[in-house]
Amino acid sequence: MATAHSRTAARFMLSPAVILLLGWMIVPLSMTLYFSFQRYNLLMPGQEAWVGFLNYKYFLTDPAFFAALWNTLMLVGGVLLITVVGGIALAVLLDQPMWGQGIVRILVIAPFFVMPTVSALVWKNMFMNPVNGLFAYIAKFLGMQPFDFLAHAPLMSIILIVAWQWLPFATLILLTAMQSLDSEQQEAAEMDGASVVSRFIYLTLPHLGRAITVVVLIQTIFLLSIFAEILVTTNGGPGYASTNITYLVYAQSLLQFDVGGGSAGGIIAVILANIVAIFLMRMVGKNLET
Amino acid sequence: MGSISLNKVSKSFGDVQVIPPLDLEINDGEFVVFVGPSGCGKSTLLRLIAGLEDLTSGAISIDGADATNAAPAQRGLAMVFQSYALYPHMTVRKNIAFPLKMAGMDPAEQDRRIAGAAKVLNLTDYLDRRPGQLSGGQRQRVAIGRAIVREPSAFLFDEPLSNLDAALRVNMRLEICDLHKTLATTMIYVTHDQVEAMTMADKIVVLHDGYIEQVGSPLELYENPVNKFVAGFIGSPKMNFIAGAPAQKRGADSIGIRPEHLTVSRDAGEWAGVVGVSEHLGSDTFLHVNVDGIGMVNVRASGEFRVKYGEQVFLSPIEEKIHRFDAAGLSI
Repeated sequence: MATAHSRTAARFMLSPAVILLLGWMIVPLSMTLYFSFQRYNLLMPGQEAWVGFLNYKYFLTDPAFFAALWNTLMLVGGVLLITVVGGIALAVLLDQPMWGQGIVRILVIAPFFVMPTVSALVWKNMFMNPVNGLFAYIAKFLGMQPFDFLAHAPLMSIILIVAWQWLPFATLILLTAMQSLDSEQQEAAEMDGASVVSRFIYLTLPHLGRAITVVVLIQTIFLLSIFAEILVTTNGGPGYASTNITYLVYAQSLLQFDVGGGSAGGIIAVILANIVAIFLMRMVGKNLET
Repeated sequence: MGSISLNKVSKSFGDVQVIPPLDLEINDGEFVVFVGPSGCGKSTLLRLIAGLEDLTSGAISIDGADATNAAPAQRGLAMVFQSYALYPHMTVRKNIAFPLKMAGMDPAEQDRRIAGAAKVLNLTDYLDRRPGQLSGGQRQRVAIGRAIVREPSAFLFDEPLSNLDAALRVNMRLEICDLHKTLATTMIYVTHDQVEAMTMADKIVVLHDGYIEQVGSPLELYENPVNKFVAGFIGSPKMNFIAGAPAQKRGADSIGIRPEHLTVSRDAGEWAGVVGVSEHLGSDTFLHVNVDGIGMVNVRASGEFRVKYGEQVFLSPIEEKIHRFDAAGLSI
């Protein structure tokens, strides 16, 4: 019974949670905003002053910024492509009845439980290392020159590592969606003369549309802020080859001790994330409507 | 053309034999209803004919050609599923067009057939909607539309009306009968509802535990059931089965008498009983009478017969309508 009285009471009782969450968000955001307009360098204490948009100007005209912006988009796009395509393929395979299904499914999900730093270090030292790595060993076994992944294709290597981590997530969501596909629809399509491929294109893919949207939206949120994998593997290098916006903000504020510049970069990252979100919702958001 | 013949067809899932070897002939243009209680194998039999399940042994031929190992799409049959199995992300037009598109038919011919089917099924105004925006009866019609555009040699219906409400079910029943008269195509219809079977079928196949109990026209089954199972399954309310003295008097192990073949009187009759629940439907009155030494007996009396709970009445069976069964349950 939603009487006026109970509605007021409900708002009153909801307010502590709302106020707490709002404060949690608004305090750091407004502090970052405040610092971004200050000259605030930890190497020059006592010289804090209002500088207007100077921090923004430096951050945006830094040549590293455009490299980082491009890297961020490549990282997000590349990982999304690999995880969605690979996730659909794995989900199709795991949906087939087979012996040892339960164990195989757990194994597939396992990478998601490994911490980002740990998995990045494992990849760096055990797989991609040009001397001791497994890939180098295979290359030598085949009589080829070992490839130094992190030096010659740093961004691609990081995309590969991050995609490996997020593939289980995509597989899991897509597999559950796949399992909810009505078997009578499949049979109806079979009677209608649709081949396995046509059934996949006309039935399975549209059915997965919503799940793919969820995967893309959730992963984008996390992939925009990839940091640990870059820190423990390439440190953003060589040069700026694997620096994304998040890493650039870190470098600005904690390596160059420029808190003001870092804050400006943080605000720009927030704005960019929102722009990406708007584009994403435009592109795939309609899939979420019934 | 749409004659289907099953020759020693059987189906097992693992060790469980769902359908023991059976033979069945379905003639061109017939409306055949498979009826039986849940789990009797009627849906499995239909899916075997459709090709959605593989035979364990035996052979199926359609129009004289062997179709035992043919893929579902090659058999020239169309199926309407219980859940309708419409493709939710496609409009009604695309749903109906799907089998034609898969067959690679030329678009002009596709449009002609869709328009034809939509007209027959009153779907013309709904062609651009999605299945989610339609009512149950409309979805049912789309499913039928998707079947008829293919111009199949036979239609298979798997309990198509069980998701509809009672009033709509009666309407759709009539529409499907009409459709059968218009198209004159073979139809095989699976249901657990004997009323649907009686009203629609040219030929009823009564199944029980995978066995065909009896094949015949509705009235044949009603008048001459071969055994107790068919006698009890066909007809509503159910036939009363009476064992003991009244049966022995008539030289049988048990006798069956339908509720409509008992006469009720307040004064005299063969059996005396006390009225339990009475259902007054206006046209008829159904009485549950507790007869001494026999048990509950269902009786159909005329609508004017007014009785109350606990009243005493007398029942007498119409002698020539009594069905007699031997100890194995077969008709004598």
